[in-house]
Amino acid sequence: MISWKVILNIAKTHLLTKFKQTATATLGVTFGIGAYITLVCFMTGLNKMLDDLILDQTPHIHIYSEIEPSKQQPVDLYDEFNNTFNVVHSIKPKQIQRKIHNALPILNYLNEKDNVRGAIPQLNTQIFYIAGTIELGGNLTGINPIEESRLFNFQNYIIEGTPQDLYRNDNGILLGRGLAQNMSLKVGDRVQISTIEGNIFPLKIVGFFQSGIADIDNIQSFANLKTVQRIMGEPETYVTDINVKLHDMSEAFNMSKQVEKQFGLKAVDVETANAQFQTGTTIRNMITYSVSITLLIVAGFGIYNILNMLIYEKMNDIAILKATGFSGRDVQRIFMSQALIIGVVGGILGLLIGLSLANLINNLPFETEALPTVKTFPVNFNPWFFIIGITFALISTFVAGYLPSRRAKRMDPVKIIRGQ
Amino acid sequence: MKTVLEAKHIDKYFKKPVLFHVLKDITFGIDQGEFVSVMGKSGCGKSTLLYILSTMDTDYEGELYLNEALVTGQPDDKLSYIRNKHIGFVFQFHYLLSEFTVLENVMLPAKKLGEKTFEEIEHDAMNKLKILEIDKLARKRASRISGGEKQRVAIARALINSPSIIMGDEPTGNLDSYNSDNVFNIFKQLCMEEGLTLLVVTHDMDFAERTDRIINMSDGRILQ
Repeated sequence: MISWKVILNIAKTHLLTKFKQTATATLGVTFGIGAYITLVCFMTGLNKMLDDLILDQTPHIHIYSEIEPSKQQPVDLYDEFNNTFNVVHSIKPKQIQRKIHNALPILNYLNEKDNVRGAIPQLNTQIFYIAGTIELGGNLTGINPIEESRLFNFQNYIIEGTPQDLYRNDNGILLGRGLAQNMSLKVGDRVQISTIEGNIFPLKIVGFFQSGIADIDNIQSFANLKTVQRIMGEPETYVTDINVKLHDMSEAFNMSKQVEKQFGLKAVDVETANAQFQTGTTIRNMITYSVSITLLIVAGFGIYNILNMLIYEKMNDIAILKATGFSGRDVQRIFMSQALIIGVVGGILGLLIGLSLANLINNLPFETEALPTVKTFPVNFNPWFFIIGITFALISTFVAGYLPSRRAKRMDPVKIIRGQ
Repeated sequence: MKTVLEAKHIDKYFKKPVLFHVLKDITFGIDQGEFVSVMGKSGCGKSTLLYILSTMDTDYEGELYLNEALVTGQPDDKLSYIRNKHIGFVFQFHYLLSEFTVLENVMLPAKKLGEKTFEEIEHDAMNKLKILEIDKLARKRASRISGGEKQRVAIARALINSPSIIMGDEPTGNLDSYNSDNVFNIFKQLCMEEGLTLLVVTHDMDFAERTDRIINMSDGRILQ
C-alpha cells in the first residue's frame, strides 16, 4: 500500500534524523528486555536446580507403615464407658509390622493407575558398618537402582560407579561419600556390615554417592532390594516403603489421602513433606517476576517520554502534514510506527543481549559440594521467555506510543499554524 | 464561469476566553482563474475565514462549497482528502518538513494522494521546481535554504497535485520586498498561464492592489 510506504518513510526519516534520541529510546527497551531475559533465565534456572535438588529425588508420595498408637483405645470400644470422660495414661504404640502388608499387590495396583509414572519398593533397615573393631551405625536401603534412576534421578548423585554396576552385582553396595572417607574405603574394596541381630555380611563397594546433605552421606548406603532382603532373612515380599512418582505433582495430596484410606497405611505427599521448601520457591518466583515487570515498565516509560518529546518537537510537521492532506489517522500511524520500530529493534537487540548474557552465565563455573553433577551456573533457556520478552516489548511500546500519538492525531493544525 | 469556492452565510464564534462573534454572515464566491486577495486589519477575522475555507477549521455555521460540492459536515478523512487533492497551501512561515530534502517536501502530498507512481511524482516535482527556478536546490535539506527559497518550495508543494485553488496566509508577510515581488510574480504567472485560482490573505497593500479582486474585511464582515 502506497500510503503505508509514505508513512513508514516519514517515520524512518524522523527516527534517523533524531538518531541520538532514537538510540536512547531503543537502548531503554534493549536493556529492559535484555535484563528481563537474563534475569528470568538465570533465576528460573536456579529455581529449577533447587526444585530438582529436592523434588526430583523425593517421591511425590511416600507410603510406609508408621509405628503409632491406635486411634481407638480399648476403652473407647467398651459400651459402658460411652458417656464418660476417659483418661488413658502412658499409651504405647501399637505392635505392628515394619513392613507394608501386601506390598506387591499395592505396587501392582499403583503402577496400573494412569496418573502414576511409577511406584517402586524400598527396604530401609538399620545396620552397622564394621571397620576393624569399630562399628559405625547407619542405614542400608534396598532399592531397584535402574528404576530409581528412571524416576528419581538416582544416577545424578552417584559420583563413582553407575546404577547398572549396582544392579548387576548381587553383593554390591553403594556407599555414602562421607562414610567412605571416614572408613578410608575405595571402589572395589569390601566392607562388612552387621544387621541388628548380629549377622555379618561382606559386601563389595561398587560406587559412591553424594546427596549433598552431609548427615545422609555419613550414614546412608544402598544395595539391591533382594540383597537387603537376603541379609535380613526376609522373603521377597518384605518391603518397608513405597515411593510413588506421578505425572502431575499437584495430584499428590489427594492421592496420598486416598491411599491412606484404602490401605490403612501412612502416605505423605511431597508438598506436606517439603512445605517450607515450596514457600521458598513461591517467594523466589515472586521476586523474579516483580523485578522483571519493573524493568519492563521502566523501559515502557522511557519510550513514552521520548515519543512525547518527539511529538512536541514535531508540532510544525504535524500541522503541515495535516494541512497538506494527511488525516489525523495518518499522523497517528506515523508516530505509532516510530514507537513500534523502536519496540521491535530494541526488543530484538534485547533478546540477543539477554541470550548472550545468559549464555555467559551458563558458562561460568559453579561448583558445589551439594550438587556433584552441576559444573556451571544453571540457566533455563525456555523459548517462552523470549516470546514473552518480545511480546512485552511490542505491547509496552504500543501503549507508550499510543497516548502521545493520539494527541498528535487530535492536534488542531490551525492552532499550531496561527500560534506562530 | 465555474465557481471554485463558495461560502454561504458563514458565522463563527470563539467560545474562549469569552464568547466572541468573529465572522458574521460571510457570503462570497471565487470563480475559476481569479486571483483574489483578502485585506483587513489584524483581528478582523480574515485568517479565521481562510482556515474555514481551507477545511481545516470545521467549527462554524453556514455552508462551504468547493467545486460546487458541499464540504461542510464531511468526515475528517474526507476533508483530508479534499485538502490533499483540491487545495494547495502557502503559509507565512513557509512550513517545510525541515528534515526532508526540498524534493521530498514537494513530493509528499502527491505520494499521499497516491494517484501516480513515484517516478511520475518525482518528474512532476522536478518540473514544478524548474518553473519556480529552484531545481538546483532539489537535493538540499529544507532547513538549509533561505527564506525566499523556502517560500518558493512551499508554492511548488502547493502546486504538486494540480489543486483547484491555492490559498495563502500572508505568503509574503515574512519576506523582503524583493522576494515578495518574486512570489507575487509567480502567483500572477500561474494565474495567467495555468488558469490557477488563488485566494491570498495579506496585509500588503501593494500586493493586494495588483490582484484581480480585493475582498475587504472589517469586524468579521465583508465590506461591499
